[in-house]
Amino acid sequence: MNEKNPAQTIEAADSMKMLRAMVGIGIFCALMIVLAFEGTGPAIEKNKAEALEKAIFKVIPGMVAKQTYKLGPDGNFAPASGEEKGAELIYAGYDENGKLLGVAVEASGMGFADILRILYGYDPEKQAIVGFFVLESKETPGLGDKIEKDPDFLANFAAFDVSLSEDGSAVRNKAVTVKNGAKENPWEVDGITGATISSRAIGNIIAASTEHWVPLIYKNQQVFVQKNDK
Amino acid sequence: MGNLTKDKAETGFMATLRNSPSTDEFIKGLWRENPVFVQVLGMCPTLAVSNTAMNAMAMGLATTFVLLMSNMLVSSLRNFIPKQVRIASYILIIASFVTVTDYLIQAISIDLHKSLGAFISLIVVNCVILGRAEAFASKNNMGRSFLDGLGMGLGFTFALFCLGGVRELLGNGSIFGFALFPDSFQEWIIMILPAGGFFTLAAWLLFFNALKEKRAKA
Repeated sequence: MNEKNPAQTIEAADSMKMLRAMVGIGIFCALMIVLAFEGTGPAIEKNKAEALEKAIFKVIPGMVAKQTYKLGPDGNFAPASGEEKGAELIYAGYDENGKLLGVAVEASGMGFADILRILYGYDPEKQAIVGFFVLESKETPGLGDKIEKDPDFLANFAAFDVSLSEDGSAVRNKAVTVKNGAKENPWEVDGITGATISSRAIGNIIAASTEHWVPLIYKNQQVFVQKNDK
Repeated sequence: MGNLTKDKAETGFMATLRNSPSTDEFIKGLWRENPVFVQVLGMCPTLAVSNTAMNAMAMGLATTFVLLMSNMLVSSLRNFIPKQVRIASYILIIASFVTVTDYLIQAISIDLHKSLGAFISLIVVNCVILGRAEAFASKNNMGRSFLDGLGMGLGFTFALFCLGGVRELLGNGSIFGFALFPDSFQEWIIMILPAGGFFTLAAWLLFFNALKEKRAKA
């Protein structure tokens, strides 16, 4: 376009100015963002770890101490510091006498609005889920977000049956969400009216996650008990 | 219309401050040119994030921060930015400050970041901010732009709080998370859903316009 313009030199000078302004501002802004990212990085990491830590203590009632375990490629658990990126981690919780109370497991799946991230506590002795907490959800305020707050819904997971079949290879009764008020068995999630999809999603996430984790944890529960003999 | 109400409205305490133009720069955003109730700008966050008083305050303050920063930077660069690329430059500046704010909120509280969700990033397209950059900061010095940004930002926060307070009170029976009604109170769920935002905004606009009309007549 510039070549056709008679006032070529003026145009060129203008372009130079524009280029200078945009590049200058761009560099300045990029620098600012990098500084902010670097500056807040440790605090954000700390906050996220704290939020997870708080949630772990919530899903295993009565626990006072925690030990993180990493699932190895051979299907065995080994103690971990909790800082491994991308590793499959679970968190064992103990009471003041060092007795294993349960294992907290993170799970995620599609909700109504976005991915739901939850944490639940599994007690190998009772073979049941003993606690439940929503870590991340963008469900509709007032409807779908009842899965986080509704006391009746949360009561589902005070003692939620995930006992294993006789050979210990799979969960005997897969978790399933039923209509509100229709819960008859301890492996059913009593759904929420007005949050049908969200509560069903929770049921599905728990079903999928327990199918993978519960046989593994149950089989290896001696690892978690022994590790606490400090 | 702005001038008309200004002359009528400023009496007493306001009149003593009136001699100072910088005070006016600050005050006008709070009341006479309130971005939400008078200019009716920035409706997306106003309607979406005002479901609780806490969310409204946090969103308002985050917007204020971005507005202040972008106003000051735009004002200080006003002779450096050619007018052909001014909008692109403003957006670039605003977007950068929003990103910084996003990190800051995450560093302050993950819970807060969780509840504001996608709306933090959407501050970029809040027309209050771009509007002030274009209409004010690009034509005035840094001090005045600072006051303008602060006034407009706090006015925006005030408006969001007006909406958030009412919506949380009726929709959740609480203010800032503290329950105010007995358990028997039946929450108006619709108030914390998007539709409730429209109802509440309409009610406030009705109230403020009635007030303005009354003053104009008096």
